[in-house]
Amino acid sequence: MEVQITINGTTHTSEVEPRTLLVHHIRDDLGLTGTNVGCDTSSCGACTIHIDGQSAKSCTLLAVQANGADLTTIEGMASGDGLHPMQQAFMENHGLQCGYCTPGMVMAATSFLNENADPSEAEVREGLEGNLCRCTGYHNIVKSVLDCASKGA
Amino acid sequence: MSVIGSRLLRKEDPKLLTGEGKYIDDIQVAGQLWMGMVRSTQAHAAIASVDLSAALEQPGVVAAYSGKDLTEGYWIAPLPCAWPVTPDMLNPPHYPVAVDEARYVGDIVAVVLAESRYEAADAVEHVVVEYEPLPVVASLTDAVADEKLAHPELGTNKAYTWAIDENPDGVQAALDGSAHKVEATYIQQRLIPSAMEPRGVLAVPSPHGGDITLYSATQVPHILRVMVAATTGIPEQMIRVIAPAVGGGFGAKLNINADEILAVALAQKLGKPVRWTETRTEAAGSTTHGRGQEQHVEIGSDADGKITAIRVKIDADMGAYMQLITPGTPLLGSFLYHGVYEAPAFSFTCEGFFTNKTPTDAYRGAGRPEASYAIERAMDMLAAEVGIDPAEIRRRNYINGGEKFENWDNPAGLTFDSGHYTPNLDLALDLAKYDELRAEQARRREAGESKQLGIGLCTYVEICGLAPSRALGDLGYGAGGWEHATVRMLPTGKVEVVSGSTPHGQGHETSWSMIVADKMGIDPADVTVLHSDTALSPLGLDTYGSRSLAVGGVAIAMAVDKLIDKCKALAAHQLEASVDDIVLEDGNLQVAGSPDTATPIQTMGFAAFTAHDLPEGMEPNLNEAVTYDPPNFAFPFGTHVCVVEVDEDTGEVEMIDYVAVDDCGQQINPLIVEGQVHGGVVQGVAQALWEDAVYDADGNPLNPSFMDYLVPSAAEVPNIRTDSTTTTSTSNPLGVKGVGEAGTIGSAAAAVNAVVDALSHHGVRDMAMPATPQRVWRTIDAAKNGGQA
Repeated sequence: MEVQITINGTTHTSEVEPRTLLVHHIRDDLGLTGTNVGCDTSSCGACTIHIDGQSAKSCTLLAVQANGADLTTIEGMASGDGLHPMQQAFMENHGLQCGYCTPGMVMAATSFLNENADPSEAEVREGLEGNLCRCTGYHNIVKSVLDCASKGA
Repeated sequence: MSVIGSRLLRKEDPKLLTGEGKYIDDIQVAGQLWMGMVRSTQAHAAIASVDLSAALEQPGVVAAYSGKDLTEGYWIAPLPCAWPVTPDMLNPPHYPVAVDEARYVGDIVAVVLAESRYEAADAVEHVVVEYEPLPVVASLTDAVADEKLAHPELGTNKAYTWAIDENPDGVQAALDGSAHKVEATYIQQRLIPSAMEPRGVLAVPSPHGGDITLYSATQVPHILRVMVAATTGIPEQMIRVIAPAVGGGFGAKLNINADEILAVALAQKLGKPVRWTETRTEAAGSTTHGRGQEQHVEIGSDADGKITAIRVKIDADMGAYMQLITPGTPLLGSFLYHGVYEAPAFSFTCEGFFTNKTPTDAYRGAGRPEASYAIERAMDMLAAEVGIDPAEIRRRNYINGGEKFENWDNPAGLTFDSGHYTPNLDLALDLAKYDELRAEQARRREAGESKQLGIGLCTYVEICGLAPSRALGDLGYGAGGWEHATVRMLPTGKVEVVSGSTPHGQGHETSWSMIVADKMGIDPADVTVLHSDTALSPLGLDTYGSRSLAVGGVAIAMAVDKLIDKCKALAAHQLEASVDDIVLEDGNLQVAGSPDTATPIQTMGFAAFTAHDLPEGMEPNLNEAVTYDPPNFAFPFGTHVCVVEVDEDTGEVEMIDYVAVDDCGQQINPLIVEGQVHGGVVQGVAQALWEDAVYDADGNPLNPSFMDYLVPSAAEVPNIRTDSTTTTSTSNPLGVKGVGEAGTIGSAAAAVNAVVDALSHHGVRDMAMPATPQRVWRTIDAAKNGGQA
């Protein structure tokens, strides 16, 4: 089937098998490998992207379901001026180690702050419940998100 | 200004934060074939037939093989076990694809190759395997009973017996003569390591040249290269192994796996790139598990709680096969079962048993979390027996009375480099407000509140800096424990470090740059670290056992020293001074006391490169190498305090505070040290409270996905308060120890001690892991009402 998907401002028209997962289309067909796959049960959130401004797990959608949608992946976050404020906060607070969960965490966290610009620590923890990390114990991830929120970015 | 000890932000981060980092599944090559594994659905069965015909008809399928198809011409040796712990250890041959018998759910019984990820997955579904079920060894209990056999041809499930037991009668007599005695059995449940990146492999052959490049999500590219040569027969110098960005390992990527050898062998045979990425659910069976032990602990003390003897007997679950260091993993803890305490009489015995389950191997801490759990649980039980506070029983037994010591000979035959335990405990208790917590606990007990407070201590010691090669040889390990480093100054004065240490999240590029920058007085940004590719870094022994800094980092420091010495000789030549008068200050070489002679050390790169005017006999270029073999291990220690609320009505445990005061010797970057502790603590607490790889009586894994294997999320864990003491190591010139596993080693015992402590007024003395609400509730019910725990 033909799908037309805009990712990070560029519109891609492609032929996909109907069963193709959105994350595999993004990674394998379009070569945007920043979005990772960490599980097969929609549990870990490594594949989190934004679809029309909302965070979504791209392993849980078919590519055809994203037809006509406007997507942002981790590759679309940093600009020419440097890192996105959330990426900067993760760097400054050591919010990542191996980095595998990080793109999904950054996407989930930015979407979360769009909904709740001034969260408590407990709200950040609840808000990131759908994203797993095995390295950081979450301490510095939570700190990063709170730091980003406090800077109002 | 000292760079060492500063909180420098990580140079790894920009790539990883933006998606530029390339993990194994991100690397795609033209013409690649995807492997799909057909895995046994039976824990133990004879393979009656494998029918590949329907799979071969599927679109995109290029080839398919059963185990029988791969017996000739693909490999020259089975998958390696590098650690035969005794000369008579049983080690049945383990080939990448099972031939006659499948021995665990997940054992590979056939492999298909197709042109795409999806086509390979489809084809797997079309392979028909007929099994004839055999008796299943589904637990350690089954294994010890030795009635059903995991490998019938061996005639027993027991693989080995290994002991430190020089004076069994003396230990028995000491236990018999003890005023107090505690005897307990602790279960170290199986854990699924669950690095966020699944494992994967890509083998790219060169059909005409004959060489092959293997990309693997591995912690050990150097060891993998040797082992690919040893198993496939491909000449070692024709093999290049690259570990790209690796998304966590935790010991589970410290192995030589069936899929890696299969990919190489099939790529070589077909002359095409062959790749595989495991799915998460597949990973639960195809990647090694951690822990899996029953620990029988006896500890005796005098009337005041001073330890008289410790005797430990472990039954260790090997799983179905010996992977790379399966048999040795429990023994890494063997030297530590006396913990931070003096034990006049000590005995340790470990028996390894085969089961029809996924092989076990290293998992964060590898043997040491188990050891610290056993001794620290037992110390709490002993405190209850003696009738003193858990903090007090620890103080009474600390090595050297808790005063600082260096080079202390432990009862298991090792020498602890350094320790200073009392101040570390005091700091942790102070941070946790221990006395206030005890008062609040007493208040809640008095009031009969439904949410009871528990305070758990763990004062651990661990062993890292693996390792003196001679010591590894004495233990039967099949490799050395050195590490290699090369440091070179480029013509423009920038510095390249080549390290045999292989990071997968630990921030080596940052830490190694800091060591170099600190010594040379240059900007860490002027240093680049090359690693994880056997062509760039041909010598190395990789990253595991918290060894990177204490071995690899020290090798780098020593290579920098050599480089600086050569720079000094060159500067002395340029300045027409004696080399003994040249000093390095703030990045400048100068004649001592003559600041006008100051020459930036970074200018030496160009002088050595052009080689127009070198001292007599000096070789051009600045390129110095060191292979460092440590004289001793390093023994970090620390105190963890876990505070929990246990809801007696529901059995729910909530962690409300966690204090970790670790002593890893000299710290290079406290930001990174803290991050390692945070992650380690949560992994240890996860064992204590949530994680458990559950099997049924037929050997079927019951929770092999993230839907039901409870890797904690941010919502389950609290902030972790960290602090440190610094007792420098005597084992190396940097005074460093290690911190990669310390968090895990200290935390499971602290958490379970807290849960038990919350309920101790009901007479509760133990709690199995994981302390799930159901288990906790039943324990409370049994203690209060005499129900079944």
